[in-house]
Amino acid sequence: MLSVEIRQASPIALDARFSCRNGETLVLVGPSGSGKSTILKTIAGIYRPAAGRIEVDDEVWFDSAAGLHVPARRRRAGLVFQGYALFPHLTVLSNVLEAVPPGPHRRRVERAGEVLASVKLAGLESRRPAQLSGGQQQRVALARALAREPAVLLLDEPFSAVDQATRERLYEELANLRGQLKMPVVLVTHSLQEALLLADQMCVLHHGTTLQTGTPQEVMTRPHSVEVARLVSLKNICKATVLAHEPAAERTILDWNGLRLEVGLQAQHPVGGAVSWVVPSGAILLHRRDRPSHGERENPVPCDVRHCVAMGDMVQITLEPIHSRSEHLATTLSVHVAARNHVTTGESVVVSLLASGIHLLSSPRAQR
Amino acid sequence: MDWEALRLSLLLAVATGLLLIPAGVMVARALAYADFRGKSIVEAAIAIPLVLPPTVLGYYLLTAMGGASPLGAYYERMTGSPLAFSFEGLLVGSLIFNLPFALIPMERAFESIPVEVRQAAECCGLSWHRTMWRIELPLAWPGIVSALVMTIAHTVGEFGVVLMVGGNIPGETRTIAISIYDRVQAFDMGAAGAMSSFLLVFSLVTLALTNRLSRRIW
Repeated sequence: MLSVEIRQASPIALDARFSCRNGETLVLVGPSGSGKSTILKTIAGIYRPAAGRIEVDDEVWFDSAAGLHVPARRRRAGLVFQGYALFPHLTVLSNVLEAVPPGPHRRRVERAGEVLASVKLAGLESRRPAQLSGGQQQRVALARALAREPAVLLLDEPFSAVDQATRERLYEELANLRGQLKMPVVLVTHSLQEALLLADQMCVLHHGTTLQTGTPQEVMTRPHSVEVARLVSLKNICKATVLAHEPAAERTILDWNGLRLEVGLQAQHPVGGAVSWVVPSGAILLHRRDRPSHGERENPVPCDVRHCVAMGDMVQITLEPIHSRSEHLATTLSVHVAARNHVTTGESVVVSLLASGIHLLSSPRAQR
Repeated sequence: MDWEALRLSLLLAVATGLLLIPAGVMVARALAYADFRGKSIVEAAIAIPLVLPPTVLGYYLLTAMGGASPLGAYYERMTGSPLAFSFEGLLVGSLIFNLPFALIPMERAFESIPVEVRQAAECCGLSWHRTMWRIELPLAWPGIVSALVMTIAHTVGEFGVVLMVGGNIPGETRTIAISIYDRVQAFDMGAAGAMSSFLLVFSLVTLALTNRLSRRIW
């Protein structure tokens, strides 16, 4: 179990706390400059923050209150650097061998060979990093990090320096490897796709502060704030007023600029108060022109189609609600659904917002 | 050909290189990685021999080594002979005027090692010594070779400081550069030409060797 708490005001403002269980992958996600890499380096011991505490499996690596800072070379942390930071003058085998813990040389060479085989690099032992592809270099870096038998594995944007095809192959390999890893894995990325693909837990960071930690499903559908919703690229963020809570019917009623919305009960928001709400594009259902269905009674919203952008076999649709034209709803349809229902720019359509998908957010602006 | 002068020049060059490079590696590494108040002044002081006229540097060294100076008096008390106009004095002068030729290439070489590579060594659990031996020295190798060759070549060819500090004592302080000057003064152009040709070939071979040895192996 990795437990992290870091605080400092400068030179990089940090206020981060999270924990990650053994065998779990926690993804730190946030925009560039949000302090993700600094947090990773703090765990590894190559950056010392002003205050905080880092504990791994009952072993304290950093405790500012006790004046304790275990140097990086004595922490069992395997770190894969963003640019890999391989030793350019050493062979693949030597790169990995340097990280294998002390012991008889023959046993260490065997161990390095095992780790290289586990990342599918057997046969490339005598090559130098410059003679490898980006994907192979990434695997050497991973092998070197694992060779140390780390108590925690730290991956700093490990896929940023490889092409898309290699990246997708490496995602799959890392996803497979995760099953065999017993230690906590912390992965840093600014790619939401990577986070959703690889995370057991997702921690959203902004300006060095952890805003929300939870499963990808929780964070993507139940963001704590407007800020988190924006950081995880949720587009459909609107404002409304809470009209009533109906616990018996397990619903909350909203007034969305004159349109009544029924949402799942979220009684923590006071009646009469302004709120922001978010709905994932998957909870926006298009009413079919040819065959009306029962579900269309759920929060129907007449809209004009503002934009249609074809992206391969999908179409990105931007809708302008007729009753609230300053706000927009974005959703995605397959090309044939869009064509069958005449969804083109300027057309009028009706969509339903699924009550279970609408999530109310706390935001300073909404609370004003 | 003044073989005695050649032997003395090579001895001075090798002694300077052997003393300056190992100590210089540590100083250059510290200057490359450390950030402290007054660092630019220290770096400027090291680079002074590059811009100061050799006679000026020679004058200060001669003054510092003379019997009236604390260093000169101490040396004379300990050894019974003066430091100025001796091989040992020449060696001290050589160590000082070679500081920039030895330190600057090595400092740049250490600076060129990416900080992530050094951090990776730390994260691999490597000790300070092992990081130095296995990672930093091999990566800084081209700069170290350049420093050694520049030091040797510069020592063999130095004239002004050597003349000021050592004078022209055969077998003691007369280096090959002084000997060439001495032969020209005596209109012995044949000997001066032979020694100059030797220095030209020596410099060419040394630089070619440097280019080969300092080539990156990765």
